[in-house]
Amino acid sequence: MNTLLSEKHRAIRKAVRSFCDRELTPIAAAIDQEARFPWEAIEIMGKLGYFGIQAPTELGGAGLDSLSYVVAVEEVSRSSGAIGLTITVHNSVAVHPILSFGTEDQKNRWIPPLARGEKIGAFCLTEPNAGSDASAIEATAIRKNDCYITNANKVFVSNGGVADLCLIFARTDPGAGRKGISVIVAERGTRGYSVGEPEDLSGMRANPVCSIRLYDCRIPLENLLGKEGAGLQIALETLDTGRLGIAAQATGISQAALEASFRYARERQQFGTSIGSHQAVQGMLADMATMVDAARLLVYRAAILRDEGKPFSREAAMAKLYASEISTAVTDRAVQIHGGYGYSKAYAVERYYRDARVTRIYEGTSEIHRMVIAKGILEEYP
Amino acid sequence: MNIVVCVKQVPDTEALIKVKADGSGIDEGGIKWVMNPYDEFGVEEALKLKEKNGGDVTIVSVGPARALETIRTALAMGAEKGIHINDPALEGADAYTTASALAAAIKEIPHDIVFCGMRAIDDDAGQVGSILAELLGIPQVTVVTKLEVADGKATAVKAIEGAQLVIETSLPCVITAAKGLNEPRYASLPGIMKAKKKPVDVKDAAALGISVAAKAKIVKMMPPPERAPGKIVGGEEAAEKAAQLVKLLREEAKVI
Ligand SMILES: Cc1cc2nc3c(=O)[nH]c(=O)nc-3n(C[C@H](O)[C@H](O)[C@H](O)COP(=O)(O)OP(=O)(O)OC[C@H]3O[C@@H](n4cnc5c(N)ncnc54)[C@H](O)[C@@H]3O)c2cc1C
Repeated sequence: MNTLLSEKHRAIRKAVRSFCDRELTPIAAAIDQEARFPWEAIEIMGKLGYFGIQAPTELGGAGLDSLSYVVAVEEVSRSSGAIGLTITVHNSVAVHPILSFGTEDQKNRWIPPLARGEKIGAFCLTEPNAGSDASAIEATAIRKNDCYITNANKVFVSNGGVADLCLIFARTDPGAGRKGISVIVAERGTRGYSVGEPEDLSGMRANPVCSIRLYDCRIPLENLLGKEGAGLQIALETLDTGRLGIAAQATGISQAALEASFRYARERQQFGTSIGSHQAVQGMLADMATMVDAARLLVYRAAILRDEGKPFSREAAMAKLYASEISTAVTDRAVQIHGGYGYSKAYAVERYYRDARVTRIYEGTSEIHRMVIAKGILEEYP
Repeated sequence: MNIVVCVKQVPDTEALIKVKADGSGIDEGGIKWVMNPYDEFGVEEALKLKEKNGGDVTIVSVGPARALETIRTALAMGAEKGIHINDPALEGADAYTTASALAAAIKEIPHDIVFCGMRAIDDDAGQVGSILAELLGIPQVTVVTKLEVADGKATAVKAIEGAQLVIETSLPCVITAAKGLNEPRYASLPGIMKAKKKPVDVKDAAALGISVAAKAKIVKMMPPPERAPGKIVGGEEAAEKAAQLVKLLREEAKVI
């Protein structure tokens, strides 16, 4: 698969892997169990450019293309799904929309510290009564003099516990339905901004996924991202990029499970031979390897289209759908190949299995993705 | 300050090494190549000196086409330029020939300090740095764990059995880096992009005007003998087992 990549992208993969192998893989099991955000590793990653992968170098970013981005996210997620989540949420759905929809002023103010990892970003769309149906959000940001008086109850915010900057989706015009939703950037420390306890998650436990509450928060008018009423359009555009990141993340988790399974199948002896020499196990390994390659190809395709400035929305949705679906299949087989040991925390596949599961849920469930993909195709064949 | 770092591309420490059937070398298929870890210490020390005193860091490597990747890694860490000595005649070169190639390239460029790793983890010869210093006609301090450079001289700490030597030398000099010298940095993502655009000169033996006739030759490579399977000492009574064990240790294992 590496042979498809240019020398530049191979160099990125190699450098990211060598960093992750040394700094993330050794702590991945512990930070999962302790549900601890590894600041020590995060600080190094900030200095190395992982928090501004596609941000322009003038603004402190690494200035890489989308293909480099998915390669990097895949590698980080291969070591730790939870840190992969931190990186992809920060880059795809915090830094990216500010770059796409922000004014020059906003970019100059927010991007440099975000790109260097000195500040961490989060994306707050989901509410208790608005999950798949984002248009049902109840948060409000009512303009009054020089501020938006913002009230919101956002749940399941990835990076929420450590975020300094949150993109809040709220109604600036409560009477205007879907067209009344806007994006307001709330900064931690603003009066009325509070962070809930981290969710006790099944996987991705090192990521502090929290609720964020804004109670009569006075957010300056200049923190409006894009135009008033453009919120859902920003959400959709942002999620296209976000899906690419999640697809890469799921592929990285699958890759880790695949490698662990091949190693184990070679080592584990039963009936006087390695289990990898039993055909039934070989069948699983072959299916897993094929699924992982197919997922990666879909991810690359969407990333390359994006780099070429071509439409990539459907391709990103397909990559997200497929990569997440197969990551649960691949990690499930990885557990199966490990037998009882795979169901124990003694082996990393147990964590991969838990981490993979959520990729079918967040940034749009598989069901929503199927709807979106089918609707697009049906419209093409009237 | 002009600093040169010699780097070698070696198989990853975790790579599974297979000796070719004819014993002429190792099977390179499927091997992951990395920068010799001791050379990484050299690169890091060079970059730190540059950051403190200004100047340029040049990376020199003798190796086939794939060695370019290792040069680029050092450039991504922050070095300015590279010299890639690539000549099929130098494939499998001995320490002397490698050092002459390095010396010829380094003579042509300004150098206040030349770093090498104390040894390469593939052939473990540990000779190139010393031969290089001799060929350049400059002092050397080997197996260095701490280095300070000021007022035109270098003060190096070298660990020896039970003690430390503090050695002072004039510049230019050759320093061979040991573990403990520093913590090598990782290549940053923007660093990798910049590395692609940095200049790397490619030279062959003719351009350097060196002889490629080796002084030492590897006659044959052999894998270490396979470990014999373990033995379980049988018997009913503990005393009987112990007697059996002592007999085996004495007569078969010959360890007591
Ligand atoms: C670990 C984690 C991190 C997250 N991070 C973030 C974040 O950073 N920011 C953020 O805003 N949100 C985040 N989320 C929220 C996530 O995006 C939502 O959970 C997701 O969009 C689904 O919404 P829901 O949970 O309310 O499920 P629901 O929308 O209630 O869906 C429940 C089920 O019904 C199905 N369903 C719903 N509608 C339809 C339909 N029309 N047709 C067919 N089936 C349907 C769904 O597919 C699903 O199977 C996170 C969630 C988790 C678990």
